[in-house]
Amino acid sequence: MRRIVMAMSAWLAACSGTGDGAATTHVSRTNGGPPPGQHFELGRAATPAEVAALDLDVNPAGAGLPAGRGSASDGAKVYARACASCHGPNGEGIAPLYPQLVGRDPAGETFDFAKDPRIARTIGNYWPYATTVFDYIRRAMPQTAPGSLSADDTYAVTAYLLAANKVIGAEAVLDSAALVNVKMPARDRFVRDDRRGGHEVR
Amino acid sequence: MPPRDANPPDRALTRRDLLAGAAGVAGAAAIASLPALGAAQQASVPAAPPPVVPADPTKVVGTPTAAVGTRSPFVRPTRVPTGDIQGFSLTPHGDLTGTITPADLHFERHHAGVPLIDPARHTLTVHGKVARPMVFSMDDLRRFPQVTRTYFLECSGNGRAAFRDPKPDLTPQRVAGLLSNTEWTGVPLHALLEEVGMTGDATWMLAEGGDACMLTRSIPVAKAMDDALLVWAQNGEPLRPENGFPLRLLLPGWEGNSNVKWLRRLELGTAPWMTRWETSKYTDPLLGQKARQFSFDMDAKSMITSPCVPQAITKGWRPVSGLAWTGRGRITRVEVSVDGGSSWHDAALHEPVLSKAVTRFSWMWHWQGKSALLLSRATDETGYVQPTRTELTTARGPGTDYHFNQIVGWQVDPSGQLTYHGGR
Ligand code: HEC
Repeated sequence: MRRIVMAMSAWLAACSGTGDGAATTHVSRTNGGPPPGQHFELGRAATPAEVAALDLDVNPAGAGLPAGRGSASDGAKVYARACASCHGPNGEGIAPLYPQLVGRDPAGETFDFAKDPRIARTIGNYWPYATTVFDYIRRAMPQTAPGSLSADDTYAVTAYLLAANKVIGAEAVLDSAALVNVKMPARDRFVRDDRRGGHEVR
Repeated sequence: MPPRDANPPDRALTRRDLLAGAAGVAGAAAIASLPALGAAQQASVPAAPPPVVPADPTKVVGTPTAAVGTRSPFVRPTRVPTGDIQGFSLTPHGDLTGTITPADLHFERHHAGVPLIDPARHTLTVHGKVARPMVFSMDDLRRFPQVTRTYFLECSGNGRAAFRDPKPDLTPQRVAGLLSNTEWTGVPLHALLEEVGMTGDATWMLAEGGDACMLTRSIPVAKAMDDALLVWAQNGEPLRPENGFPLRLLLPGWEGNSNVKWLRRLELGTAPWMTRWETSKYTDPLLGQKARQFSFDMDAKSMITSPCVPQAITKGWRPVSGLAWTGRGRITRVEVSVDGGSSWHDAALHEPVLSKAVTRFSWMWHWQGKSALLLSRATDETGYVQPTRTELTTARGPGTDYHFNQIVGWQVDPSGQLTYHGGR
């Protein structure tokens, strides 16, 4: 007990120090630690170059898209060379491991996946954002050599997949501005989770 | 129409998988008798010479101490891996008791294999909408205030194969093996976020793994500041590689995929990133031509693990025992039925009943040799009652594709043989 009181008074004494006020303090102080407003001073500052090297993500607004461009026809060549061995010559997939990438059956204008689990979900009929296609290919594909495609090739193969899914024209060329402007057929199909516990089954 | 892209948990084990997992004579024997044995749990036990047991162990000195303990040669639970890079392996619940999952039997689900990471070189970078972008080493992280807490992890695809194709020989492992329960140690994420000072407009956080797909999920900051942890240990020892060594995000009660493994980067932002794992996958098709997104919470669920397939039971008393869990807090009630749901009995909940952790339940049953249908039904502290299959598909449609938490159980025939029952 005496030790707790002593720790408390040390803490109160230290409270006169200034914090940078950047964040609210939520850390429970029951097991000690710096006074409110101060930090543990663990870790080190990240340099902008370090962050830039890691920060590869792309969001629907296009933040994070690199410079570069590629056409659907060039993308067909990238696809044949780097993707077709696993995803099939025309993006039809090889069940059960290699997902189908192309196909909007039925037409992609309906969205009846909850009625029939057998309807394949593809980029064309299910993915809400074209930026996700670019982001995912850049971080994960081709599976055996992730990160091996240039920015141009990534734009090109993205364009090829979107064209093969009849989302953009067969002659289309994508760069960052064009990619952000692609409206996916399933763009407005997604709703936020409305389950909240309680009596109702949702 | 070609089969839907098989998200791996759809995949039934093939004979090839079984053969791969079961070498030699014992394996062949297991394959031959597959239907009766019920599942791969049996078939994949590696062949080993039967232990030579002394007639009287009290008359022979035993083995000396050893650097690392091993299971009794009579006990050989396995995870039944698919063996794929983007595959899964399942916790053998039928072989386990209590609540904690042994670390080497924790389920796996990876999207680009298990990376090999040197903890001395691993760092976590936190940036974006923060006052001070920072890099933390594992050493730095271990110097923050630590907590140790028990939480379950469940893949939201858990039970897909059993839901789509409820075969009689499914075991608890095949039905709900993408669930495990662990004592985790780490630092509360809010402590780290206070260190970097989130800016007032930060509402979402991107968590990125250091595996070969750099798996990313967008997480609401509210969860990050609530009970989220950055963990480096499971059941008292460093994380297993397949559980994210050296560091993973742990979001209590939330679908497994959002608990990003091999965590290397957190970026604070103002909107979700719409990654592949929160659009193409891990979204729930709904009736009315919609799909539910960011369905993180795992709803209440339960499963009887004893007795279970592939056992046959004999007449008399026995506990009907199993596991119940909810991502929304504590389990408050588990009921057991032996007549397919016409009547229900309150089961005992074994202490401690922890929030967002697995609770063991049991109820003593006297079997008199008639056919029976054993079911369990969990209720959580929000008043949510585990639904029937019909209630679930009525709410979401037969194509519902994640969060399968319908009431399931075991059919007992008069001979005492059990078979899986996928619920009504
Ligand atoms: C060695 C095999 C292989 C190669 C080559 C390959 N992929 Fe893949 N791809 C996969 C696997 C396996 C998955 C599923 C990964 C998972 O389950 O997380 C996948 C998933 C995808 C997805 C996501 C599908 C979905 O429905 O979520 C896209 C898009 C994709 N690949 C594009 C490509 C492109 C473009 C290339 C060529 C540049 C490529 N892949 C090359 C194996 C491969």
